[in-house]
Amino acid sequence: MSERLRVDRIACTGHGACADLLPEAVALDEWGYPLLAAGELPRELHRPARRAVAACPARALLLERTGVRQPLPGRLTGSTQGRSAQ
Amino acid sequence: MSAPPLTRGLLGTGDPSLAAHVAAHGPLPHGGHPTSFVGDLTGRGGAGFPTARKLHAVAEAARAAGTPAVVVGNGGEGEPAAAKDATLLARSPHLVLDGLQLAARAVGADTVVLAAAHSQLGGLDRALAERGDRGRVRLVGLPDRFLAGEETALVAAVDGGPSLPRGKVPPVWQRGVRGRPTLVQNVETLARLALLARGDDAAGHTLVTRHTAGRVDVAEVPLGARLADVLPLAPGTQAVLVGGYHGSWLPPAVAADLTLERSALASVGASLGAGVLAALPADRCGVRETASVLAYLAAQSAGQCGPCLNGLPRIAAALELLARPGPRRPGLLADLERWAGLVVGRGACTHPDGSVRLVASALRVFTPELAEHAAGRCTAAPGAPAFLPVPGGAR
Ligand SMILES: Cc1cc2nc3c(=O)[nH]c(=O)nc-3n(C[C@H](O)[C@H](O)[C@H](O)COP(=O)(O)O)c2cc1C
Ligand code: SF4
Ligand code: SF4
Repeated sequence: MSERLRVDRIACTGHGACADLLPEAVALDEWGYPLLAAGELPRELHRPARRAVAACPARALLLERTGVRQPLPGRLTGSTQGRSAQ
Repeated sequence: MSAPPLTRGLLGTGDPSLAAHVAAHGPLPHGGHPTSFVGDLTGRGGAGFPTARKLHAVAEAARAAGTPAVVVGNGGEGEPAAAKDATLLARSPHLVLDGLQLAARAVGADTVVLAAAHSQLGGLDRALAERGDRGRVRLVGLPDRFLAGEETALVAAVDGGPSLPRGKVPPVWQRGVRGRPTLVQNVETLARLALLARGDDAAGHTLVTRHTAGRVDVAEVPLGARLADVLPLAPGTQAVLVGGYHGSWLPPAVAADLTLERSALASVGASLGAGVLAALPADRCGVRETASVLAYLAAQSAGQCGPCLNGLPRIAAALELLARPGPRRPGLLADLERWAGLVVGRGACTHPDGSVRLVASALRVFTPELAEHAAGRCTAAPGAPAFLPVPGGAR
């Protein structure tokens, strides 16, 4: 299954926890906001990505199945469902 | 197609009454489903999206959700250089109201809203009263802000909240006003739908707001027209702004022979956007104009997204420095380009992307002017007033 990261730009407060936990796929720009590696997340990063999603204090980091513009259902991202995001 | 070749026109005679409307266009035909005559009409709110596809998507989403859809006519026109929607609403409100009625029929809507500047609401209320539609269409006043017409900000305002973009997921066609599938359509698009319903070939024309030295007006022009035949390019015209403050500057030689068709404009990286066409006169400075616009755009950012909040003010400040003749800080252009790259695609709405499009086109087209500035000179006549309108007079 393919997955991709997305940031809810309105919710994101630039804490940077995501870049600490997932440096392979997230870097911070000069203002502290995440830059995501392009494309699909390699399989071996799915598990650390879930940890980063869970650690985001603003619940702004989302993991999506590609092709489906909805947060994955389930414990980790369920609280952001139905919330406006980009 | 049996449509006559020429549109009867959106701007009418200047008499906004129902009687003048019916005399000019005849009554709205009762039968006929909009999907049968919408044809290749495209949206006139900026993105140029095919209207048929939106009608279909909203109708399907409403069916799937088992709730009636909502239709919102978008007359906010936050773009300071544009006046076409305000002119249309003032001169031909009944075409827009006909279009709303058709759009509601097309998507199965039970709620119809028309959103426009507060100053427009009186005239629109009179038009609704004339048709006995006061109970059927809700009028919503929008703040005079650049982002007020962005569709998610519009939905937020209709729902009674602050007029702020809320991100594109889920899209408003799935979950918009009160969480229901919502069709947001620019008022010009709606007026064109009303003419198409009457067998008029309205999809091939468009409203533009034209800016030349000392003159601003609104005109209806064929999409197939040469730009130079639509916008007088006086000798010495330095550049043409196409689309508005999220648009692009083009060199006059490139602009002159383009038609206004989407594909022609796209071939030079431009789009008709909000329908603004502006010919920068010989005695103004394109860098100064762009810097003033960017100061305005940065101030209009909703300040919700980190990259937009941090990037646009820096980009605007860099342009302000570039607009001043004199030696420039080494690395200023490199900083500007880096910041531009950092905001694109990283906002909840496309405000940063559109703003950067304007800046990038200015850096391309005004390269000679930038060199003049670096040498301490500027093309603008001393004390020349701003050419492009910027609310609050940011200068
Ligand atoms: C920053 C921004 C401002 C916008 N302002 C307006 C506006 O003032 N009026 C408008 O009709 N559309 C505006 N739009 C486009 C709307 O979001 C939407 O696409 C449009 O109203 C859809 O109608 P259409 O398909 O008939 O063009 C804006 C978009 C953005 C990104
Ligand atoms: S951890 Fe969350 S809030 Fe912090 S930068 Fe990453 S996405 Fe943004
Ligand atoms: S990108 Fe900018 S203007 Fe758009 S919602 Fe975010 S902060 Fe507001």
